[in-house]
Amino acid sequence: MTVMPFVFHGCLAVRELVGPEAWDARALLEGLGQASDDMLFTHTAGTMLRRPVQADAWPNDFALWAATELGDQALAERLAMVDVFDAGSLEALRANLVAVLEDHLHRGPVAAAPAVEPFVFLRAHVVPVPLGVTASTLREFRDGLALVDGSALFYHVVEVRYRLGRDRGDFAEWCEHGLGRADLAERLARIDAHVGSLERMRDRCLGAIEDALATGP
Amino acid sequence: MAGPVRITLDDYRVVAPRGAVDFLARLAETVRGRRLVHVTASRYGGGIAATLNRMLPVVNALGVETTWEIIVGTAEFDAGARSLALALHGTEQVVTEAMLERLHATCVDNASRLPLDGDLVMVHGGAPFLLVDRRPDAGRWVWRGHGDLSAPQAQVWAFLRRFLPRYDAAVLSRRSFAPPLPIPRFLIAPAVDPLDDRNRDMSRLEQAQRLDRLAVPRDKPYLLQVGEFTRAQDPQGVINAYRLVKQRHDVRLVLAGPEPTAGTTVLDELREAAQADADVVPIVLGGAPDADLNALERGATVVVQKPLRADYALDVACAMWKGKPVIGSPVGGIPDQIVNQTTGFVVSTVEGAAFRLRHLLNSPELIGRMGAAAREMVRHRFLITRDLADHLGLLAHLTK
Repeated sequence: MTVMPFVFHGCLAVRELVGPEAWDARALLEGLGQASDDMLFTHTAGTMLRRPVQADAWPNDFALWAATELGDQALAERLAMVDVFDAGSLEALRANLVAVLEDHLHRGPVAAAPAVEPFVFLRAHVVPVPLGVTASTLREFRDGLALVDGSALFYHVVEVRYRLGRDRGDFAEWCEHGLGRADLAERLARIDAHVGSLERMRDRCLGAIEDALATGP
Repeated sequence: MAGPVRITLDDYRVVAPRGAVDFLARLAETVRGRRLVHVTASRYGGGIAATLNRMLPVVNALGVETTWEIIVGTAEFDAGARSLALALHGTEQVVTEAMLERLHATCVDNASRLPLDGDLVMVHGGAPFLLVDRRPDAGRWVWRGHGDLSAPQAQVWAFLRRFLPRYDAAVLSRRSFAPPLPIPRFLIAPAVDPLDDRNRDMSRLEQAQRLDRLAVPRDKPYLLQVGEFTRAQDPQGVINAYRLVKQRHDVRLVLAGPEPTAGTTVLDELREAAQADADVVPIVLGGAPDADLNALERGATVVVQKPLRADYALDVACAMWKGKPVIGSPVGGIPDQIVNQTTGFVVSTVEGAAFRLRHLLNSPELIGRMGAAAREMVRHRFLITRDLADHLGLLAHLTK
């Protein structure tokens, strides 16, 4: 059987300011209603590409803004626990964010002062870049994954899975349908995308592949 | 000792994140054949010129034809352009209609002779802004605004704004620097070059020699602030923070900056403070200060950047690249560079600066941990390799 080679792609986010601006939690709630799915993705999962080493900081822009600009720690904590990986879809993500904000505003008291800087909605235009690295065997796949730019992890796991809607991500799909390794595909698909950073995600993927190599090619 | 004379992309492999150089090469392949033109007011001096001087050879070596044109005018034009730059950054200027018309006429004249037929033409700053009035139909034109443009002088902005729709887009350094514009606004943060004299690796011997020449004793730890000797940099506030720290820690404070161009009042005050306390050391840097600043930053225990207002303030990233935690104020681009409590601290007051300085001086292991995180932060987000990728990405996006 001829294996269709895996072609590694990296990507780059061209960031565009698109508004609206929100100076408080209520305005952020209104902004969430107007924001496109792409914008929601940019401010949640998309931060992994833009802030690759802030693993211990707030995991999405909404929580970061609530903590640092609005000074509302409770809201920041609640927003930090909302992500597209758990939500499963951008529609569900929006609903979860809206629910947190509505509940927070309902409970009050909200931060008395407006934010130091407003929240401004961005859209990231993702530019895919073929990296010139291909793999036809699991060993080649491991070697390629170990050396490619970190954005490849974002593209093949986060972008295609959570924004483009390709169910389990490219790594898992190729391992199952290209190599016939359903066991490895299952492990790769279960790696938590919310692991904190692209490099940690790379380590987890490589660990799963090493284990798979120990049991067969 | 000068840095490498001719830098190639491969030289960045040892400092850029894993895979980043190969990524750049592949990204360049996707836009090969397209032509990028930069236009500025000058080829020398200032951060824009320094960055382009470093970027262009690398981009061209990647196979993306990139040229750099300079707008040329009379001395009156140059004076008007300087006022325009200040007005764009919110410092009120006397700008007459005649000055604006002269700027326009000079740009029209330059547009007729400069080769501006790129697929993407990036016009930097205020002086060449009005070139767009004679732009060709082909190609995409982008205005690159540097620094904080959120509150430009109204009269000047009203004049320039009429021409903005002739641009296809604008590029700003951060969200808060962006004025409302009737065209798409993209963000590209500035970056530092890890191989230039300011940031290159430096031997301990060279570092010691430079500190000796600057008359900075090496018998105790020192805190460092880099910046002009102006009120905007708040050196007096930094001294007050140092004095609070000094009660418990035997440290020195080094304040380094260029020769003042607009009066020496602040520097005189610092020299007076230095006379009363030998551990306050103001240093006026010479004409080519980058290597000296490099040595000062490497020798410092903690770096403070506490201006009252600032543009992007890349001095912060320069210090972070040397593995130093930075205590900075929440102005300009400083909060983008410091991840609070991870790579340093963002503080709003003298007391806050003193508190965090004490906190760090009491925890040497924290200095090491934060410094390492700071260097990684710069490696991923503030190196010229990321800046290059962002520019090529913009070229790919706008000319697809």
